[in-house]
Amino acid sequence: MKILVCISNVPDTTTKISFTNNDTTFNTAGVQFVINPYDEWYALVRALELKEAQGGSVTIIHVGGLDSEATIRKGLAIGADDAVRIDVEPSDSFAVAEQLAAYAKDKNFDLIIAGKETISYNGAMVGAMLAELISLPFVSMATKIEIINNVATIEHDIDGGIEVVECPLPLVLSANKGMAEARIPNMRGIMAARSKPLQVVPAVTADKLTSITGYTLAKGRTDCKFIDAAHPEQLIELLHTEAKVI
Amino acid sequence: MSVLIYTEIAKGKVKKSSLEAVNYGNRIAAQLNTTATAVIVGDADMSDLGKAGAKKILKLNNPKLSDLNGQYLTAAIEQAATAENANIIIFSFDFTGKEVAPRLAAKLKAGIVAGAVDNPVIAGDSFSVKKNVFSGKAIATYLIHSAKKIISLLPNSFPVELTGTNTPEIVNFTVNLDAVNSPIKVKEVKKVTGDLNLPDAELVVSAGRGLKGPENWTMIESLAKELGAATACSRPVSDMNWRDHHEHVGQTGIAIRPNLYIAIGISGAIQHLAGVNGSKTIVVINTDKEAPFFKSADYGIVGDAFEIVPKLIEAVKRFKANRN
Ligand SMILES: Cc1cc2nc3c(=O)[nH]c(=O)nc-3n(C[C@H](O)[C@H](O)[C@H](O)COP(=O)(O)OP(=O)(O)OC[C@H]3O[C@@H](n4cnc5c(N)ncnc54)[C@H](O)[C@@H]3O)c2cc1C
Ligand SMILES: Nc1ncnc2c1ncn2[C@@H]1O[C@H](COP(=O)(O)O)[C@@H](O)[C@H]1O
Repeated sequence: MKILVCISNVPDTTTKISFTNNDTTFNTAGVQFVINPYDEWYALVRALELKEAQGGSVTIIHVGGLDSEATIRKGLAIGADDAVRIDVEPSDSFAVAEQLAAYAKDKNFDLIIAGKETISYNGAMVGAMLAELISLPFVSMATKIEIINNVATIEHDIDGGIEVVECPLPLVLSANKGMAEARIPNMRGIMAARSKPLQVVPAVTADKLTSITGYTLAKGRTDCKFIDAAHPEQLIELLHTEAKVI
Repeated sequence: MSVLIYTEIAKGKVKKSSLEAVNYGNRIAAQLNTTATAVIVGDADMSDLGKAGAKKILKLNNPKLSDLNGQYLTAAIEQAATAENANIIIFSFDFTGKEVAPRLAAKLKAGIVAGAVDNPVIAGDSFSVKKNVFSGKAIATYLIHSAKKIISLLPNSFPVELTGTNTPEIVNFTVNLDAVNSPIKVKEVKKVTGDLNLPDAELVVSAGRGLKGPENWTMIESLAKELGAATACSRPVSDMNWRDHHEHVGQTGIAIRPNLYIAIGISGAIQHLAGVNGSKTIVVINTDKEAPFFKSADYGIVGDAFEIVPKLIEAVKRFKANRN
């Protein structure tokens, strides 16, 4: 089974966000980048489990510049067999999907897994777009996948519940929490990653349908009003009269 | 040309997030001197769609649409958009919206903003739309350049307004899906959440590891029930299977933005805040006055949840009794 896992490079969850150039550019100075948690913990690890059980290969793919190679190496250290970097800074999720589609369309992957969303731009779009561009079925927000005789049985989140679906391979999946448990790369993995193939592929011309014109930081809350623990009923009063939420 | 809005039925009613989307689409339509058309699969009382601003309702007809399969829905909505000559399509940023809107965007080469939090600013043919980025730490303004545009609206960004006096025209719209064949077969649907769907809920009571064990959730559920709130939890709580993973909010769970979020025995880690900091009012109850969550709270009570929550339940009961 040939599996492709889409990896994005995002600021670590604890990063303090700031902007430069008149609030038009994300300030990457001093920011620690990591593999997007959905891509690493769920998509990649589940792909490795499937390969370990049934044979095949796991390729990771990333659309981005040279700066993201450290993140790609981490994916190799966790256990991917090889990696592809498409050499362009994508402008939005559609640009990512177009690059991924151009690469994947004639490679006969049995399974392509993306994360549910990036924790940077929170698009939740690439998986569905890629599926459309290469005419494959798509299952969103999968929490479980088993494959028997080339047919996948998938549990995924839907409005108010879980749906169990069956779909013959090939297909595209977006991975949500539950698919697998995180793996920490060991020394052997880290050493092996250095010599695993990382192919750099030139980008195709992609459409630019949207762009970001500016950022503002979310308004923080300035001061918390404390209520005496002996009189929690005052809270209910304030929620009614002051906050007007009940 | 009209503005097309995808709407959905849940539990026999048009979903609240769909009504928000119709309001949103109708505001855009008004700015563009056109009207709002809702598309829907299935049957329900459609009068709220009219009150929310839909001038016309297209009921999408095709047996293949019954499972809300994304591939079929994409083709169906595309056909509706063509028939209505709609260049602007609105979704709610809910489960279906996340599956179908990007697929349709790729098909139409429409620029898309997923999870919009504000009305678009329209200048000529381009729209500026704000959405949350970096898991709620910042807001970005996106410019959509393409002629076709798709926006999915983050639920609870605007209160629903049902003030319209429209009696919408309801049209049966037969969709041709002969050329589309999805290999996906639905085997089973398991309903999990209670009466209230967490992403739609206006009031949420949430609890964390401070509650010590799953057996202590009875009081959390009672408080939620008295308030008419949904329940949520922090990640360790769902990781330890004290609560179902659908209740897990935060960076790796779901992001919610209710009017009221009450956090009980949750420390307020940055990854937790990422899922809840869009809430309008935040209340934190924690024994530790140094808990980081208090820095992101509107109201705080420093104290033991096991003493405070029962008192709150009584207070809510009295509050409700006094109002009647
Ligand atoms: C990449 C990444 C992603 C993550 N994603 C998420 C996510 O999506 N959601 C999430 O929630 N977490 C997430 N986490 C975990 C997060 O960092 C915290 O570990 C977690 O939120 C802590 O949960 P908690 O507040 O319930 O528990 P704790 O941090 O253990 O806090 C318990 C709190 O309860 C208080 N307490 C104890 N007893 C009482 C009492 N009797 N009454 C009142 N208060 C009491 C304590 O003072 C303490 O503040 C993520 C972490 C990482 C690294
Ligand atoms: N630059 C990228 N390169 C490769 N895959 C990506 C990239 N950006 C996003 N993805 C994948 O698409 C998923 C969803 O991203 P998004 O739709 O942008 O939120 C991520 O979890 C990744 O799996």
